[in-house]
Amino acid sequence: MVGWIILGVLAVVVIWAIGVFNSLVSLKNQTLNGWKQIDVQLKRRHDLIPNLVETVKGVMSFEQKTLTQVIEARNRAISAQGVADKAVQENVLSGALRQLFALVENYPNLKSNENVSKLQEELSSTENRIGFARQFYNDIATKFNIAQQTFPTNMVAGMLGFQAAELFEITDAAEKEVPKVDLNLK
Amino acid sequence: MNIYERQAHNRRWTWFIVFAFISFFLFLGLGFDYYYGARLEMPIFTVIAIIFGVVMAYSGYLWGDKLVLSSTHAKGLDLNDPKQKQWQNVVEEVSIAAGIPLPKTYIIEDPDPNAFATGRSPETSSIAVTSGLLDALNRDELQAVAAHEMSHVKNFDIRLMLMIAVLVGSIALLADWTRRSLFFGNRRSDRRSEGGGYVALVVLVVWLITVILAPILSQLMAMCVSRKREYLADASGAELTRNPLALASALEKISSHEGPTRSINQGTAHLCICDPKGMAMGMKDGGLANLFATHPPIQKRIEALRQMAYIK
Repeated sequence: MVGWIILGVLAVVVIWAIGVFNSLVSLKNQTLNGWKQIDVQLKRRHDLIPNLVETVKGVMSFEQKTLTQVIEARNRAISAQGVADKAVQENVLSGALRQLFALVENYPNLKSNENVSKLQEELSSTENRIGFARQFYNDIATKFNIAQQTFPTNMVAGMLGFQAAELFEITDAAEKEVPKVDLNLK
Repeated sequence: MNIYERQAHNRRWTWFIVFAFISFFLFLGLGFDYYYGARLEMPIFTVIAIIFGVVMAYSGYLWGDKLVLSSTHAKGLDLNDPKQKQWQNVVEEVSIAAGIPLPKTYIIEDPDPNAFATGRSPETSSIAVTSGLLDALNRDELQAVAAHEMSHVKNFDIRLMLMIAVLVGSIALLADWTRRSLFFGNRRSDRRSEGGGYVALVVLVVWLITVILAPILSQLMAMCVSRKREYLADASGAELTRNPLALASALEKISSHEGPTRSINQGTAHLCICDPKGMAMGMKDGGLANLFATHPPIQKRIEALRQMAYIK
């Protein structure tokens, strides 16, 4: 009798563990897929930048410093490995691009250039896509992490070799900095 | 309700609508058999009516989106036009945020700003905008509109709305047709008058009333079903872009164009982001205006969105 009960409990535990395993695998794959979506959009941005630099180079030749900054940031972003490093490098690239577009505002003939405005639209769209892909990835990665860390799933998640997914966060110090506002009246 | 419950809810409602539609035809067929076909041994009209109803519902399910799109003269985007390219980009962005396949995009040449989504599932969905909308709104507002439509797509509102559009339209058409054939058709004069005469009369009257009331009832239902969904799509659209104020200002701009959207007819009104009839009903609230509007008052929607951004 006791033997049967133990066997029954064991069977229930095994069936439960199988269910947990399968749902974790499903979440893990969704997370990986979310990460791939970010990668696709990052690649899109990397491909657009040489075009942009090529287009504005002639007019903005004396802004050489900014242009090199953008190109260097792009190259570093391409070679970055891992979630955290990528997030940092991509943020540097975002900053460099913003600077470039701010400078474009100073050149009326660039602003009215059809190619430049096309590229500007494509890049701001890519910027949004990266943001949304990141939002989607972080949501699903958080779900995956919560599933691993809550009781009782956490008892088997570690045994089955699951690891928490890294979130794609803004780790750039400059972006986190709170703008200082001077409230002293003179 | 979370997204899965909403999807399930919409699937159930779609089935209910289809079921009601087919029962309506069953009812119609039974009436015809009683009234005209007593000489025949088989309930021939009933069988025809049911087959007709099933075929209508199924073909509406398969091709209804194309019907709706062609009835509004929607055509594909010209990606060389910067504004249309921007719209395409915005839709792609939002589809990433929503995590659903990219819907097909269409444009309708109409100066009045409006937009709608249709299709039977996220995989087969389409989003159409008027050229007026592209001209009137800036990038953020276009994104907000795309997100609103995308939430209709994601939670299967589009399937339910499509079935309503197709089936309500066909009932209205058919009711019109039967009403005429009833009044002017050649009736059988030798109806069995012995016994059950009263019952026959009552059945006939009820049947007649249903035939006449059905289009009105179905129209009312289409309106009720779509109004709640607009608030919901506003909210989940804002959740996608995390920018409720952009949608609020988009709605404000859309409502400031008083004219009706001429290329969108009444049968597809409930699909749109704003009532294509124009201003007349948009602002008023309560009573009859509330009963006959396919959309909640735009001012209320804007207020709800402002509250999401903690602005009173």
